[in-house]
Amino acid sequence: MKKLQGISRVFIVIAASLMILAFFVPLWRILMWAPQYPEGLEMKIWIDTLTGDVRTISALNHYIGMKHIEVEMFPEFLYMKYILMFIMAVGFIAAAIGRRWSVYFFAGLLVLAGIGALVDFYIWGYDYGHNLDPTAPIVIPGMSYQPPLIGTKILLNFTAFSGPDIGGWLFVASALLTFGVIFYEFYLQRKKV
Amino acid sequence: MNKITTRVSVLLALAGVLACQPKGPASVTTGDAASKVYVAPGQYDEFYNIVSGGFNGQIGVYGIPSGRLFRILPVFSVSPENGYGYSEETKPMLNTSHGFVPWDDLHHIALSTTKGEHDGRWAFANGNNTPRVARVSFESFRTEEILEIPNSGGNHSSPFITENTEYLVAGTRFSIPMANKDVAIDSYKENFKGSISFIKVDQTNGRMNIAFQLRTPGFNYDLSRAGKGVSHGWFFFSCYNTEQAHTLLEVNASQRDKDFIMAINWKKAEEYIAQGKGRVEKAKYAHNVYDEKTHMATTTMKDEVVVLDIKEFPDIAYFIPCPKSPHGCDVDPSGEYIVGSGKLAAMMPVFSFSKLQNAIANKEYDGDFDGIPVIKYEAALHGEVKKPGLGPLHTEFDANGNAYTSFFVSSEIVKWNVKTLEVLDRVPTYYSIGHLSVPGGPTSKPHGKYVIAYNKITKDRYLPTGPELTQSAQLYDISGDKMQLLLDFPTVGEPHYAESIPASLIRDKSRKIYPIEENANPYAAKGEGQARVERKGNEVHVYMTAIRSHLTPDNIEGVNVGDDVYFHVTNLEQDWDVPHGFAIKGALNAEILIMPGETQTLKWKPLQPGVVPFYCTDFCSALHQEMSGYIRVSAAGVKTPLKFSTGTPE
Repeated sequence: MKKLQGISRVFIVIAASLMILAFFVPLWRILMWAPQYPEGLEMKIWIDTLTGDVRTISALNHYIGMKHIEVEMFPEFLYMKYILMFIMAVGFIAAAIGRRWSVYFFAGLLVLAGIGALVDFYIWGYDYGHNLDPTAPIVIPGMSYQPPLIGTKILLNFTAFSGPDIGGWLFVASALLTFGVIFYEFYLQRKKV
Repeated sequence: MNKITTRVSVLLALAGVLACQPKGPASVTTGDAASKVYVAPGQYDEFYNIVSGGFNGQIGVYGIPSGRLFRILPVFSVSPENGYGYSEETKPMLNTSHGFVPWDDLHHIALSTTKGEHDGRWAFANGNNTPRVARVSFESFRTEEILEIPNSGGNHSSPFITENTEYLVAGTRFSIPMANKDVAIDSYKENFKGSISFIKVDQTNGRMNIAFQLRTPGFNYDLSRAGKGVSHGWFFFSCYNTEQAHTLLEVNASQRDKDFIMAINWKKAEEYIAQGKGRVEKAKYAHNVYDEKTHMATTTMKDEVVVLDIKEFPDIAYFIPCPKSPHGCDVDPSGEYIVGSGKLAAMMPVFSFSKLQNAIANKEYDGDFDGIPVIKYEAALHGEVKKPGLGPLHTEFDANGNAYTSFFVSSEIVKWNVKTLEVLDRVPTYYSIGHLSVPGGPTSKPHGKYVIAYNKITKDRYLPTGPELTQSAQLYDISGDKMQLLLDFPTVGEPHYAESIPASLIRDKSRKIYPIEENANPYAAKGEGQARVERKGNEVHVYMTAIRSHLTPDNIEGVNVGDDVYFHVTNLEQDWDVPHGFAIKGALNAEILIMPGETQTLKWKPLQPGVVPFYCTDFCSALHQEMSGYIRVSAAGVKTPLKFSTGTPE
């Protein structure tokens, strides 16, 4: 297998290093607006916690029988940081090995982690939106309240938006850098042939 | 021919007479007045207008330029609307040495200043009838403190403040015998005294404390202003009834050609106090403080004041003669000019602070009154505003060297130049203006832009509502050379003095909720798990929580006729603008409103057996109508077991 260019190894190190910041900034955000909340309600998902108007959102959700949102309910907050550390370590090792296959491995891991996170988020969202208390004050037959995975959705009087926060975008940037390196190496190899 | 001529001339004369008949007041605004006061839906006003409520004992908060009323803040009067003065927590706010006094007459507002400029910390207000001063927080818009003033017969020249809010004053309008002495009314000259309290303000928390009282000659102290800039360290009080009449003041207090403006060197008085020269006198008065953490007020009864008799310290006080029962006594932004408004005078004297200092240095006296030197009128005079109008009352200032004086009798505002004393413009007010207010008008740095008239007579300005009419304010644009009437707006109570402050100084620090974890009320239930009912003898304490949309507990049994039931309601919400209310059938007091994170207590004494509903009074949510409960009351002596619950236990 071919060795990587020096510049490519530098970019892989940068890609892995970017993710350090993800420990200190929110990864994902959910915004909600309603006629009574023109200023909007916000929930931020961090690597190990939730912040923002969680209490207020929970208080409102009780009308439709959604569960009270508590940080302790999500085991992900206990192990997500280790997964991220592992991914970063793979990145640094890939750069050290400096072979194409090592970068492919890192890129594959990034894609898998991204898909895994979205699937996990979808499952939680599905559970919250569908698993409703049948004795809730407001029950609308057939209505579920699953938040959007990415993008905007109207749920009764609320407009909800879900999307990456700074940490999420950093993760996307890492992946783009890694795939950029792969593309660059591919392009170089072709030119030499 | 002759006949016809006669007829024609008679007709002409008649027409002439009719043509000369004066027209009613021109009341229409001109130009683009509407667009100048229009604040579009969802937009904010530029100024908060903090307006005294007069005989309603409250403060009205309005927006300028729209004139919209935002809130009525209860200060010296109970407010059944939110439970102020009715809840167990707020009752102590209205304690005095006379007991619980649920009403007062709130005349004047003073907004805190630093270096003579608005700083947006507190509003102070006076209670005129049972002498008190109050402090309102601009964070919570609540009355946080009320201090009673002893040895005062009516707290009118109050609560005017010094430029860094070091002191506010409380001067007695009516002189009285000190220490509640029982004397003949006609011994006025011999036994009646004036009393001016200097109230120190703690700069960290705003707490007030009577630092000292000046004992002054027995007559009426009307209004006051602190010196500022060059005159910082001095205070000026208008005095009337220097005739010392005790009956038919209308006539007997209007005899002398000149009364006084009393100039007080308070820095000197402060020195004497620091040297221990004050005399401690017994005096009973209440000090009530509302704690933001416990959401409770407490009353401390005080029993002494430190007194300085101005006769014994000749360099503290001086009298400046001022024509005919002066009312307003206003200091211009530089602090150099003091405007005296003799209610019955045909001109207005403007005194000069530097001339006053020279006159004192050169002892240019015209004898003394009761041992206090009387300055020669001309020696302190900057000049007189000639024929300004009839019945001058109050003066405010803009930043361009102009003064605006209200004239009650001629019902107008007159703009004049402070230095040249030249009258520049006059506009009618509808009708009989009392106080007036320019935003920042009493400060070193007026914001200008508008003058607001607070009128004493409304008559035909609004749709009639029986003999009792709304009170009225009027907004004028003063940004040009000529004053322009923009808007009439009705006010609650009877507005006296008011101040306006730029919204930017207050808006962003306005409190939204009380954090539940900081709630230190001993009766708080900081979660539904803490909700409970406890009996102590014939007292029943209900520790209740409120959150959209239920009260916990909402079923209570085991209460007897004659018990004292205390509902301690904690609002568990931590969201902006979600207050809950609590009311129970047959309560002899009022309801309570509980802000998010707060605890308030309503006392209820059941007098009949039965099952009594209670409910949330503030439409809090879609299921507000469901937010209710029942309490079962058994006849006295019946041993119904104490039980409480919410929802059916699983």
